[in-house]
Amino acid sequence: MSERKAPAADELLRLDGITVRLSGREVLHDVSFAIRPGEFTGLIGPNGAGKTTILRVILGLLPPSSGTVTVAGAPIGGRRHHRRESVIGYVPQKLLIEPDMPLRVRDVVALGIDGNKLGVPFPSRARRELVNETLRMVGADSFADKRVGELSGGEQQRVMIAHALISQPRLLLLDEPLANLDIRSAQGIVAVLAKLAREQQIAVLISAHDMNPLAPVMDRIVYVAAGRAAVGSSEEVLRTDVLSRLYGQHVDVLHVHGRVVIVAGEDGEDTGSPHDGAGQPDPVYGSGVA
Amino acid sequence: MHYLIEPGLWSSSPVRVAVLVGTVVAITSAVVGVFTVTRGQSFAGHSLADVATTGGSGAFLVGLNQFWGFLAFGVVAAIILEAIGVQRRRGRDVTTGVVLGAGLGLAALFLYLGTQQSNTTGASFTVLFGSIFVIQSSTIPALIACGVIALVVIVTLSRVLLLSSLSPEVAAARGVPVRAVGAAYLVALAISVSLSSVAIGAVLSTALLIGPAATALRIAKGPVRAMVTAAVIGVVVTWLGILLAYDSYYWPPHGHAWPVSFFIVALVVLAYLLTYLHRPARRRRPGLTGAPGAARPEVEVGA
Repeated sequence: MSERKAPAADELLRLDGITVRLSGREVLHDVSFAIRPGEFTGLIGPNGAGKTTILRVILGLLPPSSGTVTVAGAPIGGRRHHRRESVIGYVPQKLLIEPDMPLRVRDVVALGIDGNKLGVPFPSRARRELVNETLRMVGADSFADKRVGELSGGEQQRVMIAHALISQPRLLLLDEPLANLDIRSAQGIVAVLAKLAREQQIAVLISAHDMNPLAPVMDRIVYVAAGRAAVGSSEEVLRTDVLSRLYGQHVDVLHVHGRVVIVAGEDGEDTGSPHDGAGQPDPVYGSGVA
Repeated sequence: MHYLIEPGLWSSSPVRVAVLVGTVVAITSAVVGVFTVTRGQSFAGHSLADVATTGGSGAFLVGLNQFWGFLAFGVVAAIILEAIGVQRRRGRDVTTGVVLGAGLGLAALFLYLGTQQSNTTGASFTVLFGSIFVIQSSTIPALIACGVIALVVIVTLSRVLLLSSLSPEVAAARGVPVRAVGAAYLVALAISVSLSSVAIGAVLSTALLIGPAATALRIAKGPVRAMVTAAVIGVVVTWLGILLAYDSYYWPPHGHAWPVSFFIVALVVLAYLLTYLHRPARRRRPGLTGAPGAARPEVEVGA
């Protein structure tokens, strides 16, 4: 299922044979996939499968043991090397911030412009309008003057998406943005992201252990289990044979009332691939892909 | 009958020095303190103060000005705290606990030996609880310079500090050297703690660091306003504290002024409590599930 071909000119991101070993344990094995502009890709898999590790490798926070990451057509460190930060916007997992953190929503979004720079920013009209416009884009303008620590989880996600968007990235990485959100907030976030991908050709790579809320908008799935990845459309990936090979044990992909349910097989039938037991198949649910 | 502001107040040289140094200390502590509270490092600030106590008492023992002891031990302790891992929550707890105990133990020894030598108990009081009225004029330029250095470091790093408080992962992904920034911040914190140790004593220095900042964070929303508000609160409580201490000469027991540190700390606490009157009930933080609160407008973006 790995995509091994010459990098196409329009690829924003390509991972080639990424393997990561952490203190002797292989947490990612030979992961390859590519992302093009405007594509909505779900990075799906159970907790502990390696989704966050993949995002960390893409962000340059974790050097892979082998394999290459190519951003906007040029390998990292190469001659035509694009600065990752200018191409990729990143939305981290749930923030842990206290209500007394002195950052209003508009301060957080402004930090997206130049929060990595020294000195004090010069306030300007253009700056303020850029912040307002970005807040409107994600539907966060109504609470622009609230402190970010006082917001709900869904509101915080919108703010962090605006924070990532304001530097006009071409690829947006989101780490479990829907975890711990109620269904309505999750749908709101997915709608915002789908609109960005469609209207601004921003590629979206979003990790989730539950593919259910993403199913209607996902163009492709990168399914991760036990440190391996299967890549393709929902129909190509969500199959008993493909996922059993990935998990290294028999799993059933069940289509129940238009939803997809993935459960471990009863017999624990060995498919022959060596595994150390990481990433046991928790049930993973999806819908609308059958 | 006497006046709170007496005719002779400004002609008194100790008062002028106290107001000058107090202002520098108050501004530095308040601005640094905003980041200390934001980063959840109040305890690190307090343990730096405890180690500074060791330095101050050691300086007293060998006959140096206490400020240099506060400063040297504070900065070294800051670097050690960073090296052992003040970033990790658990490491931070254990490290600060151990460092703190060791520091105060040594301080007890130094102060004991020092008072044996010089036969004065006043020095212990000065190290622990401050002496803004008896600052040696030779250290004033150094005090001001240190305040300016700490302020410049903090203001220069303000955006990266805020970004890494918001999310260390995002900061790192955007190329911020998060650990180096944290270390620079801790050194600025150590400098600020040494300054307020001089003013109101090592044991009480956290009050000027955390109090005005925590008060400002309750009433000012944005980062710049929080820093300015904290500085104003710090300066006002320091000036009022000096004024009251000067006046307390006429209070019982007659003929003995009360310690200025007491007034400053009391006013800091008072200012903090007043914010609860100003804003009786801060809206409770919504649950993690993001269920919309009754009064909160929910914005839907068209699917």
